[in-house]
Amino acid sequence: MKILVPVKQVPDTATQVKVGQDARQIETGGITWIISPYDEFAVEEALRIKEKRGEGEVVVVSLGPDRVKEALRSALAMGADRAIHVNDPAFNEADTLLTARVLAAVIKQEAPALVIVGRQAIDDDMGAVPAQLAELLGWPSLYWVMEAAIDAGGRTIRAGRQVEGGLEVFEAPLPCVLTAQKGLNEPRYPTLKGIMGAKKKEIKDLRADDLGVAPESAQLSIVRLETLPPRPPGRIIGGDVREAAHELVRALREEAKAI
Amino acid sequence: MPNAFWCVVEDDRAGHPKKVMAEVLAEAARLSGGRAEAVWLTDRAEPDGLRRLAEWGAGKIWLVEHPGLAPYRGEVWAPVVAGLVAAQAPRAILGAVTSRQREFLARLAARLGVGFAADVVGLAMDGDRLVATRPVYAGKLLARVAWARPPWIATLRPNVFKPADPVAGREPQIERPTVTVPDGALRLAERREEVSTGLPELSEAELVVSGGRGLKGPENFVILERLAAVIGAAVGASRAAVDAGWRPHRFQIGQTGRTISPKLYLGFGISGAIQHLAGMRTSKLIVAVNKDPEAPIFKIADYGIVGDLFEVVPALTEEFKKLLGK
Ligand SMILES: Cc1cc2nc3c(=O)[nH]c(=O)nc-3n(C[C@H](O)[C@H](O)[C@H](O)COP(=O)(O)OP(=O)(O)OC[C@H]3O[C@@H](n4cnc5c(N)ncnc54)[C@H](O)[C@@H]3O)c2cc1C
Repeated sequence: MKILVPVKQVPDTATQVKVGQDARQIETGGITWIISPYDEFAVEEALRIKEKRGEGEVVVVSLGPDRVKEALRSALAMGADRAIHVNDPAFNEADTLLTARVLAAVIKQEAPALVIVGRQAIDDDMGAVPAQLAELLGWPSLYWVMEAAIDAGGRTIRAGRQVEGGLEVFEAPLPCVLTAQKGLNEPRYPTLKGIMGAKKKEIKDLRADDLGVAPESAQLSIVRLETLPPRPPGRIIGGDVREAAHELVRALREEAKAI
Repeated sequence: MPNAFWCVVEDDRAGHPKKVMAEVLAEAARLSGGRAEAVWLTDRAEPDGLRRLAEWGAGKIWLVEHPGLAPYRGEVWAPVVAGLVAAQAPRAILGAVTSRQREFLARLAARLGVGFAADVVGLAMDGDRLVATRPVYAGKLLARVAWARPPWIATLRPNVFKPADPVAGREPQIERPTVTVPDGALRLAERREEVSTGLPELSEAELVVSGGRGLKGPENFVILERLAAVIGAAVGASRAAVDAGWRPHRFQIGQTGRTISPKLYLGFGISGAIQHLAGMRTSKLIVAVNKDPEAPIFKIADYGIVGDLFEVVPALTEEFKKLLGK
């Protein structure tokens, strides 16, 4: 069974981000890049499915400039079998829809039985690509998956999605798109052997032409990036516990009118 | 109505819209000069649920009632609404940030070939285009985004937009369009309900009490629950508390948990890591209780108490009881 996992490279949340010169992108100098954490849950789940079945192939795909190869190498070090890097400046300003079109084109070429994607990338936090991918492919999709199991024949999947107030478990024929939620699994750390092995694994480069995707203009674009408006300075309430609690409740009622 | 702003209804699965719809409808009406309409896909719509939508400002309600529409399945909903969009040409389609609407509206946008903005915290007309504001990079920056063409599709973060003042007695104007509801491939096998805490649901709650590693163990969340019960708050947790197994993941607030924007957030024994702030920094009012005066959470707190939460929480609970006459 072939499982395809799109991964996105994003700035580590701990790194400072600054608005770039054009005010539409961030300054990329000095940023530490990581695989978006939700995508690690997706890679892990794909590896577990393959290991449990004792057969299969896990293919990771990423869209982005040269640096994205690092993220693909990390996924290969975790155990993915091979990688595809869609590296074309024509997609530099891709919105979620164009990204989904590109990934859908890769998926049509690769014809996997299952696509697992992180719930959202932690840079733009849009979380739109998985659903858009499923729509373009005409596949069913399950969001925020907390558990997943494939039947022995490899034809259907049973997966539970997190909803407000509970978990809804569905059965779906394959192929299908799942989005990985935190709690689905605990991603493994690459072993030294994995890291060494990853250097020999294939990363195939693809461009727009190879996929037949026209680099159309974005349907949603960033007009401007801004820093947050400053929060008014806070107030530390002193005194003994009883006094402080009394004063806080008074302030919440009378000053802030929050209670 | 041409150029209407559609609002996709989030419901309680029992025939009533959730209160976040008062916010979405009010914002739609404000932006469109009173052309807000509701679109409701459900297996059942109760008469008082429909009335509520009208009272919150829905000029018209496009109602598709069909057993195949619940529970939500993207591959079933998208063609139904896309068909309505083709016939009615709304100018915008807005929803609330809930798990299913995030997926559904993204899917619909792909079907229509238009842009989609998730988790919006501000909307404004700029000439005849709509500009949305949304947090990015763990809430460290704000992005203003705009669409290439309508319909403009977005999900709105709960508790951020001002809800409509209900107009009592407004009769709903209901349209039941004839549509084909496809079978769909997903089959619901099982629904596991969470044990109800009796407290509000985290992502929609107006008041949130949240605990971190400083609580020292799962048993101590009881003191937060007591406080929450007095003021009617939801209880959340930091990732440290969730990863330690003290709270299930659905209670986690932050980058890899829920994003919330309550009127009041009270954090106890939480240091205020950037990933936690990502999930709560748009709260209107932030209160922090931490024994470490240098804890980063105090940098964004409106009110802080430096002290031991095991003393402060019971004292606060007593004060709130007095105030609220409980
Ligand atoms: C990729 C990634 C994603 C993440 N996502 C999230 C997320 O979604 N949500 C999230 O919360 N974190 C997330 N984290 C983790 C985050 O970095 C922090 O580790 C976490 O938020 C810390 O939780 P905490 O504040 O409860 O614990 P700590 O940082 O250990 O803080 C505990 C605080 O309690 C105080 N304290 C202790 N005892 C008492 C007492 N008796 N009275 C008063 N105060 C006391 C201490 O002074 C301290 O400030 C993520 C991290 C990564 C790398």
